[in-house]
Amino acid sequence: MAPQVDALYFFLVALTAFFTLLISGLVVYFAVRYRRRSTDEAGAAIHGNLRLEIAWTVIPLVIVLFIFGWSAKLFFTMARPPADSLDVYVVGKQWMWKFQHPDGHAEVNELHVPVGTSVKLTMTSQDVIHDVYIPDFRVKADVLPGRYTHLWFKATKPGRYRLFCAEYCGTNHSGMVGWVVVQERAEYQQWLAGGAGTGTMAQTGEKLFKDLACATCHQADTTGRGPTLIGLYGKAVTLDDGRTVEADEAYLRESIVNPRAKMVSGFQPIMPTFQGLISEEGLLQLLEYIKSLKAAPSNATGVPAAAAATPEKK
Amino acid sequence: MSGAHATQHPRLQHHFDNLDQQFEASALGMWLFLVTEILFFGGLFTAYMIYRLAYPQAFAEASHELDVVLGGVNTAVLISSSLTMAMAVWAAQMGKRSSQLLFLGLTILLGLAFLGVKAVEYAAKFEHHLVPGPDFRFEGARDPVHAQLFFSLYFVMTGLHALHMVIGIGLMAVLFVMAARGRFTKAYHTPVEVSGLYWHFVDIVWIFLFPLLYLIDRHGPVH
Amino acid sequence: MDTAATPHSNYLTDGYGLKSWLLTRDHKRIGLLYLLSVSAFFVLGAVFAGLIRLELMTPAGDLVESDVYNKIFTMHGVIMVFFFLIPAIPAVLGNFLLPIMIGAKDLAFPRLNLLSWYIYTVGGVFTLWALVNGGVDTGWTFYTPYSSAFSNSNVALVVVGIFINGFSSILTGLNFIVTVHKMRAPGMTWFRMPLFVWAHYATALIFVLGTPVIAITLVMVAAERLLHLGIFDPKLGGDPVLFQHLFWFYSHPAVYIMILPAMGVMSELVAAFSRKRIFGYEFVAFSSLAIAVVGFLVWGHHMFVSSQSVYAAMAFSLLSYLVAIPSAIKVFNWAATLFKGSISFEAPMIYVFGFIGLFLIGGLTGLFLAALAVDVHVTDTYFVVAHFHYIMVGGTIMMYLGGIHYWWPKIFGKLYHQGMARVSAVVIFIGFNLTFFPQFIVGYLGMPRRYHAYPPEFQLWNILSSAGAVILAIGYAMPTFYLIYSLVKGKPAPANPWGAKGLEWETSSPPPTHNFEAAPVVTEPPYNYAK
Repeated sequence: MAPQVDALYFFLVALTAFFTLLISGLVVYFAVRYRRRSTDEAGAAIHGNLRLEIAWTVIPLVIVLFIFGWSAKLFFTMARPPADSLDVYVVGKQWMWKFQHPDGHAEVNELHVPVGTSVKLTMTSQDVIHDVYIPDFRVKADVLPGRYTHLWFKATKPGRYRLFCAEYCGTNHSGMVGWVVVQERAEYQQWLAGGAGTGTMAQTGEKLFKDLACATCHQADTTGRGPTLIGLYGKAVTLDDGRTVEADEAYLRESIVNPRAKMVSGFQPIMPTFQGLISEEGLLQLLEYIKSLKAAPSNATGVPAAAAATPEKK
Repeated sequence: MSGAHATQHPRLQHHFDNLDQQFEASALGMWLFLVTEILFFGGLFTAYMIYRLAYPQAFAEASHELDVVLGGVNTAVLISSSLTMAMAVWAAQMGKRSSQLLFLGLTILLGLAFLGVKAVEYAAKFEHHLVPGPDFRFEGARDPVHAQLFFSLYFVMTGLHALHMVIGIGLMAVLFVMAARGRFTKAYHTPVEVSGLYWHFVDIVWIFLFPLLYLIDRHGPVH
Repeated sequence: MDTAATPHSNYLTDGYGLKSWLLTRDHKRIGLLYLLSVSAFFVLGAVFAGLIRLELMTPAGDLVESDVYNKIFTMHGVIMVFFFLIPAIPAVLGNFLLPIMIGAKDLAFPRLNLLSWYIYTVGGVFTLWALVNGGVDTGWTFYTPYSSAFSNSNVALVVVGIFINGFSSILTGLNFIVTVHKMRAPGMTWFRMPLFVWAHYATALIFVLGTPVIAITLVMVAAERLLHLGIFDPKLGGDPVLFQHLFWFYSHPAVYIMILPAMGVMSELVAAFSRKRIFGYEFVAFSSLAIAVVGFLVWGHHMFVSSQSVYAAMAFSLLSYLVAIPSAIKVFNWAATLFKGSISFEAPMIYVFGFIGLFLIGGLTGLFLAALAVDVHVTDTYFVVAHFHYIMVGGTIMMYLGGIHYWWPKIFGKLYHQGMARVSAVVIFIGFNLTFFPQFIVGYLGMPRRYHAYPPEFQLWNILSSAGAVILAIGYAMPTFYLIYSLVKGKPAPANPWGAKGLEWETSSPPPTHNFEAAPVVTEPPYNYAK
C-alpha cells in the first residue's frame, strides 16, 4: 500500500508545484508588464469574463474530483484488512504499547511480524486516546478507550521500522514510541518458537472464562441462563428491543463490561458487569477465546461440545 | 445636524436615521442572537440524540423517573407566560401603562413558578440519588451506566434552560421598572418587543425539552 | 487625491483621557482598543512559538520538562487561535472600516461593540490567569478524555476563558450582520459594497452560527471535569469521539473566520495597487458566502483516523474538495485583476505578492489532507502543522499586516517609511518559508506533532525551521519600530495617499468622529478606477 500512497502524494506534490509556479509566475509577469508608468495612470476597465470563470471553476473541480476518486479508492482498501490477516492485539496506555499475539507472545513497545504477511492490529486504550503510526508503512489509526479500532499492513522488506504515538496523550506522548520488527519467515518462526511462556491468548482467555465463572450461565447449548457463545462471533443477534446487531468485537466487549446495554432477546438481565474486573488485555484474551468457539466441536477447550449453532430465540 | 435634534425622539440613537431603522436593527439583532441560542442548545440536543439512538431503553427507563405531572404543569406555566408576554408586547404597542405592568408582572410570576417547580423536581432527584456523580444510584435499572448519561444530559439541558429563564425574568424585571416609569409608548417600545422574542424562544426550547426528556416511551409499557 | 491636511478635530482628538477611551462607543476607537489587546496576545503567543522552536533544535527534550513543553504548545495554540487570529482582522480592521466603507456613522450596536471588547479582555484574563497558575497541557484542541478526566492542569479555567471570549465573537458577528443589512448609505447596494465588507459579512455568519457550538462543547467539558458528568467518558457511558465532532464543527469554520477577512483585505489591496476593479467581483463576493456555508460541512476531515466510518470519511473528503473551489476562484480572480492593471509596489502590495505565493502553497497542501489515503500518513504530523501555518500565518497574518500598512495613514493620519516597510515584508516572507517549508518535509518523513523530543533523523529539518523562526521574528519586530516612529515623527497623511477608491478614502485621515462631514450618497460602482 505504501508505494501507492506515495504515488498519490507525489502526484499532489507535482500538482502543487505546477499551480504554484504557474500562478506566481503569471502574477510576477503581470506585475512587471503592467507596472505603473505615470502617477495618475489607472488600470483598464475590465469587469470580468464569464467563460474564464466557468473554466477556472470546472477545471479545478474536475481535478479535485479525480484526486478524490483516486484517494477514496485507495483508502477503501486501506480500511479493509484482508480476511486472512495475522491478528495482533494492541493495548495502548500512558505511555507504552502492549502487543499480544494470539499464540501468547506478549511484547512491550516492540512488535515482531513476518515479512510478506498481512497483519491486522486490533487496538484499544486503557486510558486516553492514543494513535498507532508507522510512517514507513503509511498507516495510522487512533486508539480509543472503550472501543476497538483497526489498522492493517503488509510489510514487504525486513527491517526495523519506527512506531509513534500520534495522538497527543499527555506528559510522555513523545516517549510513547516503539519499533515494528519485520523478519524473514524463518527468523520469525524462530522467534515464535522461543516460546511465549504462557499459553495462547485463547487458552488464557479460557482460563479467565473459568476463573470468572462465566460458564455458570454461558453453556454449550441453549439451556443456560445466558446465551451460548459457541459460534457467536460474527453472528447476527436479536436484541430484546427488536434490533438486530452483529456480535462483533465491539459488541462482545460491551457485553462484558456493560451487559445491560444490549440484552439478547429471551434472556433475563442478570449478568453482572465486569467493568474494572478484567483488564483490556484480559478482554482481548476472552475475545480470542470466544472467537475460537466455532460451531463444529473440533477444539478441545473443555466446554462441552455443541452439536450445531444455537438457533436464534425470539 | 444638531438643529434636527430638537424634533428627534429622545430614544433615537445618533447613528440611526430614524426610529424605524433603529427598531428594525434591534429586532434583527435579537433574531440573530436567538439563532446563536439555537446552535448553543443544539450541541446538547445533538449529544442527546446520538446517545438516545444508541441506548434507547436506558433512556426510556431513566426518563420514566421524571415526574410527568410536574413537567406538564411547567409546560402549561410557560405557555401561559408566553401568552402574558405577548399581551405585554401588545400593551406596550398600545402605550397602555397599567396593562404593561399587569402582563409583565404576570409573566414574572409565571416564570418564578416555573423555577419553583424545577427546584422541587431537582430536590427530588437529589433525594433519590439520581444526580450523576459518586452518589448516583438507580435501583433496578437495567443499564445504570447509560441511565446516568441520561441524567447528565437532563441536568445540563434543563439547568441551562433554567439559567436562561433566570436571565429572562431579570429582563422582565428591568422592563417592569421601565414600564412603571412610562418609557413605553406607541412610538417606542423596542425593548419589550425584543425581550418578548427572547422569552418566546426560551419557551420554545422547553417545548422541545419536555417531550424529549419526560415523554420517552410513555405511550406503552417499557419493553 | 491629495487633499488638505487633518481637519480641526477627528476621532483621535475628540476627547482625551482614559475614560474617553475605555467608555468609548466609537467603532474606530474600539478598533484601536482591539489593536492593543490583539498585539499583546500576539507577542505572548510568539514568545511561546519561539520557545517551541528553541526546544526543537535538538532531538532531546533538553530545554524544558515534558510537562512544560506540553503547556507551551497548548498556550501557543490557545492564544494564537482564540485571542489573535480569530479577532485580529475583524475586530481591528473590520470594526474600524466596515461602517465607513458602507457610509454609516457607526455599527448598529456601538455599546455592544464596546462590550465585545470587554468580554474579549475578560476571557483573555481568565486564560492568562490559568497560564500563570500552572498552564494547561491538553493542546488547544482539548481532546477528551485526556482533557476531561486525566489532565492535571487548569483545563476548566482556560475553557471558561475561551467560552467567555466566544461571546465577543458572537456579538461582533451580530453587529456586523445587522449593520450591513440596515445601515448602508443611500445608493450603497449590496453589489456596490467593497469586497472587504462581503468577506466580513460571510465571516460574521460563521461567528454567529459556529461559535455557540464550541461554547456548549466547552461547557460540557467543564461540566465533566468539575461535576464528573460522563458525556465524553467511556467509563461513564460517554463517547470521546463525540467531543471531536462537536469541537471541529466549530473549529473548522473557525479557520474560515481566520482566512475570509484576510481575503477581504486582499481584494482591497489588489484593487488599490492595480488601480483596477477586481476581476469577477460577483464571483469573489459569492465565493465568500460559499466558503462560509460549505465550510460548515467539512469538519470530519480532521477526524479521518479517529475511527469514523469509511463512508463518513468519504463524504467529508468530497466536501472538503468542494470547499477548495471557491478559494481557487478567488485566487484566479485576483491574478486576473493584475492583467492590464496599473501596478505599484508599496508595502501593502509586497504583502499581496507574499500572500499569493503562501496561500497557494497552503491551499494546495490542503488537497493533500483532503485526500483520504494521504491524510492517513500525514495527519497528526508536522505536515499538517506546516499546512495550517501557511494559511494562518502566510495568509492571515500577511494580510493583517498588509491591511495595517494600507490603512495606517487613514487610521492614524501619519505616513510611515515605505522602504523599511517593504524590506520588513520581504524579511517576513523569507523567514516564514524557511520556518515552515521544512516542516512539510519532516512531517512527510514521519515526525509527529506535539513531540517534545524526536528521533535524531529529523534534526536537520528542525534546525532549518528554527533558523527561519529567528528571521521571521526579526521581520515581525521591524514594523513595530517604524510604525510607532511614524506616530511620533511621521509626515501627516492626506485623505487618499494611495489614490484608491472607496468611501474610507473620501473622508479625512484620520476620519472625524462621525466618519463623514456629510452623509455620503453612492452613485458609482465599486473600484471605479478606469477612466
